[in-house]
Amino acid sequence: MLVIICPNCGPRNDNEFSFGGEVIPRPSVDSDPATWRRYLYMRTNTSGWQRERWFHVSGCRRFLDIERHNVTNEIRMVAEMGRDSG
Amino acid sequence: MRAGLSRVFAVTLGAPTMSRRTRFSAWKLITHGLNPSPWPKVWEHHDLASAYDVVIVGGGVHGLATAYYLARNHGITDVAVVEKSYIGSGGSGRNTAIVRSNYLTVEGSRFYDRSIKLYERLASDLNFNVMFEQRGHMTLAHNDSSLRTMRWRAEVNKLEGIDSAVISPDEVKRLAPFLDTSDRPRYPIVGALWHPPGGIVRHDAVVWGYARAAASLGVHIHQETELTGIDVGSGRIVGAGTSRGPISTSTVINCTAGWSSLVSAMAGVTLPITTRPLQAAVTEPVKHFLHPVIVSGSLHTYVSQTARGELVFGASVDPFASYATRGSLEFTTGLAGHILELMPAVANLRLLRQWAGLCDMTPDYGPIIGPTEVEGFYVDVGWGTYGFKAGPVAGESVAAMIASGKPGDLISPFGLDRFEKGTLTAEKGAAAVGH
Repeated sequence: MLVIICPNCGPRNDNEFSFGGEVIPRPSVDSDPATWRRYLYMRTNTSGWQRERWFHVSGCRRFLDIERHNVTNEIRMVAEMGRDSG
Repeated sequence: MRAGLSRVFAVTLGAPTMSRRTRFSAWKLITHGLNPSPWPKVWEHHDLASAYDVVIVGGGVHGLATAYYLARNHGITDVAVVEKSYIGSGGSGRNTAIVRSNYLTVEGSRFYDRSIKLYERLASDLNFNVMFEQRGHMTLAHNDSSLRTMRWRAEVNKLEGIDSAVISPDEVKRLAPFLDTSDRPRYPIVGALWHPPGGIVRHDAVVWGYARAAASLGVHIHQETELTGIDVGSGRIVGAGTSRGPISTSTVINCTAGWSSLVSAMAGVTLPITTRPLQAAVTEPVKHFLHPVIVSGSLHTYVSQTARGELVFGASVDPFASYATRGSLEFTTGLAGHILELMPAVANLRLLRQWAGLCDMTPDYGPIIGPTEVEGFYVDVGWGTYGFKAGPVAGESVAAMIASGKPGDLISPFGLDRFEKGTLTAEKGAAAVGH
């Protein structure tokens, strides 16, 4: 169980959110199909601190960027998508 | 007579010898029972050699089976299996030990059918009782659309010669009387996919059996030996670093399931894998009442009763990616609710323990077996929630690929390059529960 401190709604249980996976920079629109497929499928899948996208389905319905340690589940940053300094 | 004798000798010498291990049998048990000396060690501990022909990373079912088939089928015995903990400590010791082959795609059905065939004779192959019980595997349908998919699966299976059929709620009740087949539950049982060859295996015995057989053929099994790096020189494998020293080798096979992205990254190879925990739980043992393996996709659960009498439950993967193998309260309460929908009679059973294993999920729910862009670096990963049932066939196929240099027909649909080519498999519907 995780408690995610949503910037809009405050501390909420993780089952209010949907997990969108690690944040990957989007290729430019004129990229070739191989680049798009890499963007679609390939993952770093690191063990440790990871920048992830979550969606607050049962709350503010905003997309969030979260930095979470995926072994300890500690969360050190939650911000609306693209709104943080990182 | 002379010709006959030499033929016998040729056969004996040609087959890999297993002289270094005790052959288990009923007779051995009786004679040893009268002898107070301890049983001999099942395998020897070796010092890490400076070079091996093949280094297999991960001492689970896949790694050890690959080592065994390399030695037995192809005579490649200069093999090291490096395992950072003890053998079978990852997914091989955490799965729910279910075996089946009623997959949705032709590729999947063929592949897992071969695995069942290997499991059927594994105990005599390895001279180790793996306790394979073919009790039948029943996937419940709770609505018309899942019944429709099951008809589809059954037809694909039948074309591949696999025993698989859609059955009615009455037959479900006959095979598993403790299931609630009335229209009381929120998700009533409207039918099921019945797969008699499916069943359960003692998963630790499979690990130990493969380890013992591989070790007796000359494979070195290095436990508590962590891979620290993979050395790549001009696009090919030249060696591997471990916590016990470097190894020079030209072939590294990655069989590390949940950790496979991290091991591949050491060789500079990126995989389309996300690691997610899957939780399971077991109850206190009770008298045998549940014969087949019961699966419900709609209720996200599967249950079987072990030979000891415990009910083993599994679920779908956790809702977010993680390398943590801890349990959660949501899982336990959700599981209990779903199980009581299926079998109200077990309400008073207590859970003994729960645990989690790491699953290497791929985008198309198919495994990734084959070569990579680094020459000599092979992967046998992406097994997600269905790695245990594929252990023998994956080991056999990967060993054949190492020996011949190219993937065989059974595994060619599962290459890493399918993600770049866009030729994904479509196994999501039948690979696991609750997606």
